[in-house]
Amino acid sequence: MSVTQSVKLVGRIRQAPKGLSRTAMRKYAVPAISLGFILLVILAVALADVLAPYGPLEQDLTRSLEPPSAAHWLGTDSVGRDILSRLLYGGRPALLGVALALIVFLIIGTALGVIAGYLGGWADRVVGVVVDLFMALPNIILILAVLAVFSQSQAAAMITFGILASANLIRIVRAAVISFRDELYVSAAVVSGLSDGRIMSRHILPGVVGPVLVQASILSGIALSVQTGLGFLGVADRPPHPSWGGMIGEASQALSSSGYFLLFSGGIVALMTFAFGFLGDGLRDLASDTRKQAAAGLFRRAKKSHRDVVLPETAGDELLTVVDYSVGFRVGDAMVETVRHLDWGVSPGEIVGLVGESGSGKSVTAVSLLGLLPANGEVTSGGAWLEGRLITGLAEKDYQQVRGSGIALVSQEPMVALDPSFTIGSQLEEVVRVHSQGKQGRAEAHARAVELLNRVRLRDVESLMRKLPHELSGGMIQRVVIAMALAGNPKLLIADEPTTALDVTVQAEILDLLRDLRDSTGMAIVIVTHDLGVVADVCDRVLIMSQGEIVERGDLDTIFYSPAEDYTRQLISSTPSLLERS
Amino acid sequence: MMWNLILRRVAMSILLLLLVSAVTFALQAFIPGDAARAMLGPEATDEQYQALRAEMNLDQPVVQRYLSYLAGAVQGDFGTSLYTGREVLALILQRLPVSLSLMLGSLVIAVAAGVLFGVWSAARGGAVSKFVDALSLVGFSLPNFWLALVLAATFAVAIPIFPATGYSPLSDGVGYWAYFLVLPWFALSIHGISVIAKVTRDAMMSVLNMDYIRTLRAAGIGRGSVIWKHGLRNAGIGISTQVGLMAASAMAGTVFVESVFAMPGLGLMAVDSIHTHDAMVTQGVVLTFAIVVVLINLIVDLLYSVINPRVRVS
Repeated sequence: MSVTQSVKLVGRIRQAPKGLSRTAMRKYAVPAISLGFILLVILAVALADVLAPYGPLEQDLTRSLEPPSAAHWLGTDSVGRDILSRLLYGGRPALLGVALALIVFLIIGTALGVIAGYLGGWADRVVGVVVDLFMALPNIILILAVLAVFSQSQAAAMITFGILASANLIRIVRAAVISFRDELYVSAAVVSGLSDGRIMSRHILPGVVGPVLVQASILSGIALSVQTGLGFLGVADRPPHPSWGGMIGEASQALSSSGYFLLFSGGIVALMTFAFGFLGDGLRDLASDTRKQAAAGLFRRAKKSHRDVVLPETAGDELLTVVDYSVGFRVGDAMVETVRHLDWGVSPGEIVGLVGESGSGKSVTAVSLLGLLPANGEVTSGGAWLEGRLITGLAEKDYQQVRGSGIALVSQEPMVALDPSFTIGSQLEEVVRVHSQGKQGRAEAHARAVELLNRVRLRDVESLMRKLPHELSGGMIQRVVIAMALAGNPKLLIADEPTTALDVTVQAEILDLLRDLRDSTGMAIVIVTHDLGVVADVCDRVLIMSQGEIVERGDLDTIFYSPAEDYTRQLISSTPSLLERS
Repeated sequence: MMWNLILRRVAMSILLLLLVSAVTFALQAFIPGDAARAMLGPEATDEQYQALRAEMNLDQPVVQRYLSYLAGAVQGDFGTSLYTGREVLALILQRLPVSLSLMLGSLVIAVAAGVLFGVWSAARGGAVSKFVDALSLVGFSLPNFWLALVLAATFAVAIPIFPATGYSPLSDGVGYWAYFLVLPWFALSIHGISVIAKVTRDAMMSVLNMDYIRTLRAAGIGRGSVIWKHGLRNAGIGISTQVGLMAASAMAGTVFVESVFAMPGLGLMAVDSIHTHDAMVTQGVVLTFAIVVVLINLIVDLLYSVINPRVRVS
């Protein structure tokens, strides 16, 4: 998967959450309030005989369509019946209908889902076809067909709905069961000779309770919509007995004379469906770990950040200068700093190795220089300068002046480094055209793309350009990515683990290529790596990073022959390729 | 490979249509009080009843009746209405344009607005993201018939900007046609907008966090191209599947929206046929709805496999 998503959150937490944080409160409050409201309505409807001020059929034709008053809190309908009383009684068919659909939904959904997920094989395939069919059917239409036969039968309608809607639950339960099936304790149960039935009910069902509750709550909202909808159409109803849907239908007959009626009769349905929706969403949020979610807002409007950092005099003619540089990630309410107070620089034409084990913050440092942190990441202190120009905290469009032409990036995983939906040629030419500021036509862009691919020593370039990324090997893609990085004649190339995912022979070729490109273009290169062997091959200078800080720096001889830090010595001794070489 | 995919989709569609027709047919066939009884009413004598049964072939075995219904349906013969005596197919064709205008229009609106909101929310995050969350909860929860009624009460009755009921055929001018459809479209598309916005947002968020997006941005490709060209194209698979599912729910929604706005479409016809116990018409409409849904799904799937090279090869 993506590297940016799996940034390891090893670091210091700056703001520890105090007690139950605001987001956590909201997390529990929303489903709790929703559930409370639902239970309250259910209770009121169940106690309609006690609570309702009037009988459900009690009319007073002299008081038709009255607005709310002390005698009739929610007003009256067109034959003078009390709306509040009828809403209380009318909730019975609505809620019973929902309950019936819910029961059918739960039984069928859980049963078929567990069977498909646990047994697999042909059972899974048959259930799969059933699910596809259920999902594709317009359910209201089929319910109407059922009602054509079972005239005015709410039970038949809601059972049909429950069956059709169970497709979604079947899929979810099946997926959950499959993920649980491979867990250790289930295997242990299998080994100890428990029957399939016992394993399913004892060990697997408890694990799917969470997702089932979420789905049950969402379904209840939809079922209420369907039940009241059928009542509104008058196809599953027993007038003059009240039902919420039927009352909406009656209100629609009096649209021009009474807005209250429509507001109250539909309002209770809307509030209940909202409550079910909030409950489902809330339960889902409680079940999911927010730390695993990718944050939205990769292109969020950047906050105007005032940076009181200045380029130090000592920078001299450095190409890149990084001062007091920290990077943090927002996790819930806390800010976790994975890179802390770095000071370093790169001179023109130099190849610098940024070395450390995974989680040391080296990749985060590299991508942050280009403003390419994930949405929840930011530079929390200090800044970086390219040729004396501040490149930290820029707006998206200002970064575009830096990316590709100032600093270019080659990243770790060649197999996911190119857009799988576009050909090599199309992507490379797009990059070329961006850097020509629209001055190049298609033919010129194509010629330049060919030239770039030749420079990274790819053969048979024309046919290569018509291929999609998945048709290329990792080494070839890495060359294409390097060609793309060269398109804007960058002054600094950051290569983030450029050879890690490649075969040993291909690794050496790519490193040779990088060194030759430095020699021919004069651009500086920062190689981010965990492999000191790579460093020994191509770098002029080395920075050793550990847990977000630079622990040692120096030229190759110093680092390899007289390292000051234990950490550096450990790194050297754990690099077999180095030992072979010496 | 491509043909394989098409064949699989078509086979699945045919299976679905067979199933729908079988279910609706079986429902009518196995229940006491058949069509002949329904046509004659309770006062008819047993002789009259038996005679009509024979005339309508109701005395033949169920499977044979189903097969002959199917054979007729394939040739465009959906039988005759028990209530009006007219050809069911003629009734359906007369009303199909109304329902298609309503449904396809709202589907187009749902996709356009849903994708826009979803992309916007994935790219911007923060307040926009919260707005889309709220919108999708409202759109998902609000019963569309009530929403339609509130719209009618507000924008046709209280502030009479749009007509409260009716339909104007396309042949009488696009402007008039759209004028009558504005409120129904709105009522029917809210649900689709909310669902598609959410699916788009989730799909875009995972695509925008992919390495290749970072490669393109690092190489200097601008935000517009990253979002609308590379992001949306890759997020498209999930979205297009959802559009297929939306077709089914939009078709179902026509039943309610047509009832509220008194539009002479298939949805209203289905409801009326239930009130008049006109089984042949109900059956015909159900089958027509299923055919429309299946066709839209087929078109969406094929269109997407043409656009996206990965679907073709894998």
